[in-house]
Amino acid sequence: MTSLGAAPPSDAAAVEPQRRPGVHPQLVVGAVLVGLVVAMALVSLVWTPFDPVRAVPAIRLQGPSATHWFGTDRLGRDVLSQVMAGSRITLYVGVVAVGISAVVGVPVGIVAGMRGGVPGAVLMRGADVLLAFPGLLLALILGAAFGTGTTTAMVALGIGAIPAFARVARSATLQVMRTDYVLAARAANRSAWAIAWRHVLPNIAGIVVVQCSVTYGLAVLAEAALSFLGLGTAPPTPSWGRMLQDSQQFLGVHDNLALAPGIAIAVAVLGFNLLGDGLRDVLDPRLKGVR
Amino acid sequence: MKRQVGWLAGQLVATLALASALVFVVLRVLPGDSAVVALGVNATPQALAQWRAQHGTDRPLIAQYGSWMGGLLRGDFGTSFVTGRALTPLILDRVQVTLIIVGLGMLLALVVAVPLGTLAAVTHRSAWGTVIAGASQVGVAIPNFLVGVLLVSLVAVHLGWLPAGGWTPPATNPADFWRHVILPSVALGTVQAAIITRYVRSAVLEVMREDFLRTARAAGRTRAGALVRHGLRNAGVPVVTVVGVQLAAMLIGAVVVERVFVVPGLGSLLVDAVQQRDLQAVQSIVVVLVALVVVINFVVDLLYTVLDPRLRVVAR
Repeated sequence: MTSLGAAPPSDAAAVEPQRRPGVHPQLVVGAVLVGLVVAMALVSLVWTPFDPVRAVPAIRLQGPSATHWFGTDRLGRDVLSQVMAGSRITLYVGVVAVGISAVVGVPVGIVAGMRGGVPGAVLMRGADVLLAFPGLLLALILGAAFGTGTTTAMVALGIGAIPAFARVARSATLQVMRTDYVLAARAANRSAWAIAWRHVLPNIAGIVVVQCSVTYGLAVLAEAALSFLGLGTAPPTPSWGRMLQDSQQFLGVHDNLALAPGIAIAVAVLGFNLLGDGLRDVLDPRLKGVR
Repeated sequence: MKRQVGWLAGQLVATLALASALVFVVLRVLPGDSAVVALGVNATPQALAQWRAQHGTDRPLIAQYGSWMGGLLRGDFGTSFVTGRALTPLILDRVQVTLIIVGLGMLLALVVAVPLGTLAAVTHRSAWGTVIAGASQVGVAIPNFLVGVLLVSLVAVHLGWLPAGGWTPPATNPADFWRHVILPSVALGTVQAAIITRYVRSAVLEVMREDFLRTARAAGRTRAGALVRHGLRNAGVPVVTVVGVQLAAMLIGAVVVERVFVVPGLGSLLVDAVQQRDLQAVQSIVVVLVALVVVINFVVDLLYTVLDPRLRVVAR
């Protein structure tokens, strides 16, 4: 009888791994945080509480209040409105950077994985050399060569993330190439193009999506760092990194100026990281026990 | 083993040669005339010609690359396009500062992350494990310069315990050096601690499922004893990888943290050079950073074979 009393908790523990799909906590929290940032960007296109770039010297450096939730900055601009408008540049840089790295990196990885041999080795060694240049360093190099700005930042971060996409795509492609259906397709004399398009790409799409989310988080961080250094988005366009840099001279006195953009950056990065982790658990075939 | 070290060293040299060529092409060939980059599009032809003669950019590109490489091999980084000063003493001076804060930051990260990650793995079913895993997840999302800004506000301004920025070389005044080095190192190390905790946790979790650990338990070792004796060494391989990758990331991340704390490291030198579009300085600083990254990767590859004898046979 006593053993019956002890049974329910252990039962619950045994059932736990078979959670219903769709309630994956990381995925949900990640999606909500990313959704929040996207919603903020969309709303800011049509409405912000105040004009984010309009300076009103009379109300400079005010603390949080009912009218200005996060206060005003050294020029009397509304901090909340700036954070909202700043989300646009963050998302924009991320989309372009991830787009560049995926569009170049995935085909390189697929070719290296399907071909192997000399072309595959050449492509992957090229990716290895690029790996010695992290995105932020690349952005500094391109900034020196062509001038700094949003475009330079996006392109540099995109190029910097190509090796990671190539590696992920290559190892996933190698797995797909060992499957029976690819063997069947080759036996049926399908062209390499057809195999890549019909079999490889759909099967590695999941892991590529995960890589997109992870890269997006990194791009948000790097963009903020560049703007913080004054080498990213130029004023007056609001950006979280530069807001943080501007806040430095008022640290300890007007901490709201640092906290508002700081929290925004952390929420965006956390959102994309959690989304990536959650998607990996849901999409990665290796973790589902399917080879 | 010896052959493998030779092979890795060969790769190291090849990567460095390729990387330096890439840096030269991006900075000196793609943007066009370096004189125009330095003086602007409105400069007079005479001024441009004089600048080119002064900095030797009127020679063929291949000759410029050759003399730059020759200089690098002799330890000469060239002269700045903007100040005209020799870059070698400047770079050597600044790189020490960066290596100090990166090294201390990593040490701090490891001291926190290895015990915390192991604890999170051992207690992964309990509340403790969940709390550590969640906290490290949040920590990963916080940029190091945000940690830096918050540290300045809290520790330097509100509490007044440490200076908000600046630098004293260790030889000049050791006590003052330590007061200045703590906050930048903590800012760099905190985020790394979060990242490494996650890797340590998953590496230890992985090892805990291994057969050899069960065998050790069956042979009479306690759970902790088996983990310390057999588990941690095996968990070391993935952790060494991530420490290598993160050291490289920290070298670059230091660029931003140095800015927060006004630390005269290689990163702030690089940012200044980028802002002034001093292509020669950028070129040489970047090569130093890339060389450090590549050497770190080389050491990581060597450590693999020391930590896991199985890889000595597999690795080609």
